[in-house]
Amino acid sequence: MVWKIGLLLIFSWVIIGTWVFEPPMSSTFNPEIYRIFYYHVPVALVTFIAYALAMYQGLRYLSTKKLQYDSKSSIAALLGTIFCVLAMVSGSIFARFTWGVFWNWDPRETSIVVLLLIYLAYFSLRSAVSDPVKRANLSAVYSLLGFIAAVFTIFIWPRITPGLHPGAPGDSKIIVMSFNTLIVFLPALAAFIILFLWVYSLSVRVASLQKET
Amino acid sequence: MKLILEKITKTFPGQKVFRDISVEVNKGQTLIINGPNGSGKTTLIKIISSLLLPTAGKVVFNYNGKDLTGSDILPYIGLVTPDLFVYDELTAFENLNFFAEVSGLVVANFEIKLAQFGLKGRGYDLVGTYSSGMKQRLKYILALMRNPPLLLLDEPMVNLDDQGKSMVEDIIKSHDGITVVTTNEKENLKYVGGREIRLGE
Amino acid sequence: MSAAGKSGLVSKTLAVLLKDLRSELRTRYAICAIIMFAVVTVVAVGFATGGITLEKDLQGILLWLVIYFASMAGIGQSFIKEEENRTSLALRLFAYPPSVYGGKYLFNLMLLFVLEIIVVPLFAMLVGLQVKCYVLFFSVLILGTIGLAGTTTIIAAIISKTSTKGVLFAVLSFPLILPLLIMAILLKRLGGVAGVNFLCSSNVCLRIFTFRLCLE
Repeated sequence: MVWKIGLLLIFSWVIIGTWVFEPPMSSTFNPEIYRIFYYHVPVALVTFIAYALAMYQGLRYLSTKKLQYDSKSSIAALLGTIFCVLAMVSGSIFARFTWGVFWNWDPRETSIVVLLLIYLAYFSLRSAVSDPVKRANLSAVYSLLGFIAAVFTIFIWPRITPGLHPGAPGDSKIIVMSFNTLIVFLPALAAFIILFLWVYSLSVRVASLQKET
Repeated sequence: MKLILEKITKTFPGQKVFRDISVEVNKGQTLIINGPNGSGKTTLIKIISSLLLPTAGKVVFNYNGKDLTGSDILPYIGLVTPDLFVYDELTAFENLNFFAEVSGLVVANFEIKLAQFGLKGRGYDLVGTYSSGMKQRLKYILALMRNPPLLLLDEPMVNLDDQGKSMVEDIIKSHDGITVVTTNEKENLKYVGGREIRLGE
Repeated sequence: MSAAGKSGLVSKTLAVLLKDLRSELRTRYAICAIIMFAVVTVVAVGFATGGITLEKDLQGILLWLVIYFASMAGIGQSFIKEEENRTSLALRLFAYPPSVYGGKYLFNLMLLFVLEIIVVPLFAMLVGLQVKCYVLFFSVLILGTIGLAGTTTIIAAIISKTSTKGVLFAVLSFPLILPLLIMAILLKRLGGVAGVNFLCSSNVCLRIFTFRLCLE
């Protein structure tokens, strides 16, 4: 209960902070757009955390062979995919108002599509195997492989190929976080992580209850 | 040397195969798994050989003072089962040499082995041309290749003629480690003494 | 009693490779599938673009796509065959898992090189291939192939255990191979091989590691 109230308070602060302070990027054509930074970046980071958790639970399954870790791994991957879609949608809105189109196959945009494909493939693998032990084995190995590819896709590829997204090589508009930006961004990051962990633990409980009945 | 099954339970979705099987087998002893079709004999053999995980309980094989569990047991077993297949497109010699090489054994003279098991002069034939009885004999050469302390025989007599059956009897009698045998007819194995598990009752 | 031991990994790996080569030479299943597929695709691309001179970038992209989809047709066979002929149990009983992966990896690598020896000249003939720097072209081709074989071999091991093998193979390997494919395509423009080099080596090591986990 304390957590839920805390989460409510942090989110309220983030929403207020988003609009009260100056936008995180002041020197561009349309700085107001950059306010989406407080949502887009945390959501993208949570996507990565969720996939890392999916891999970690997959590894735990492989070392213990307990099916509960497999279900945790698949829940983390599912939530990661939801956050991945959120990151994609928020990024696409940003793209519409800065570059004029929702989608233009910038390396960063392509990389998130690849990320989504990797984990959609993960779920098609899961649905293709009916034996729970076999499914757990195979999807744990795949989640590990997928995560390796995801690290490359998220962190390396967009940084070595030129593109429009902030942070691409040759991009002169480096985001320097001011104090006012940080006091909104860090709570926003915390809020999304807590939100993720909350939904994750709820889903784990639902899954274990379903198994018992 | 000791094989210990501790409260082995196996359920497949929607059906319970067996529950709480506990048994200890010592060096030189034979464990007979007896029961009608579908009572889970092969499943139990697979669990002992770590190819299948039990739903609950565990298998421990104590060898040279070490407790082996899970897939650590694999190098120490010789397994003959109807589920075991070798490469049809390779000759018997090629098959034997391949399995010897991948398990790190010095490649032996398999000519003598083949003769012992009644396959004299057939070493250069493709296994695909073998009859099912001949394939069964080849599986015995393969299983005994590593001199395994733990011999697991699932339906050992299947496809064999009388001479083959007496060959298997000799193998079981002369094996000085632990032997686990499944059968659904007690008469087939009346020559072997040892512990017995009855499934499906 | 050294079956589980790591000793003699090289000779064990070579034993798996030799076994696969021998049975491939007798059945010629994978090589036929892969080459027929590649030839048909190259001819189709050549026919569709007949008369048009393609841009250099487009040539590189099409070449990689042909290689990728042709490899999909044949690379899975090495593991699928073990599963379909039910010989995987014997392999599991006798072989040390990394040596199985290693042997199959080398086998698939050779298969891909044979494929490229046939496809690249054919592609140059029918579609056109303007190469500025041959050293760069061949290093990208070779390194890209090394990475491609590493990824598809482990995916083949995964899908051989499932019921919908063919479809799933492309679905699973495409996103994993995409970064590599894009790097290989881009390198023709960027003019450096460091990226692919890094990717290949990390891919191969990690895949050997995960394969061991997969079998246990």
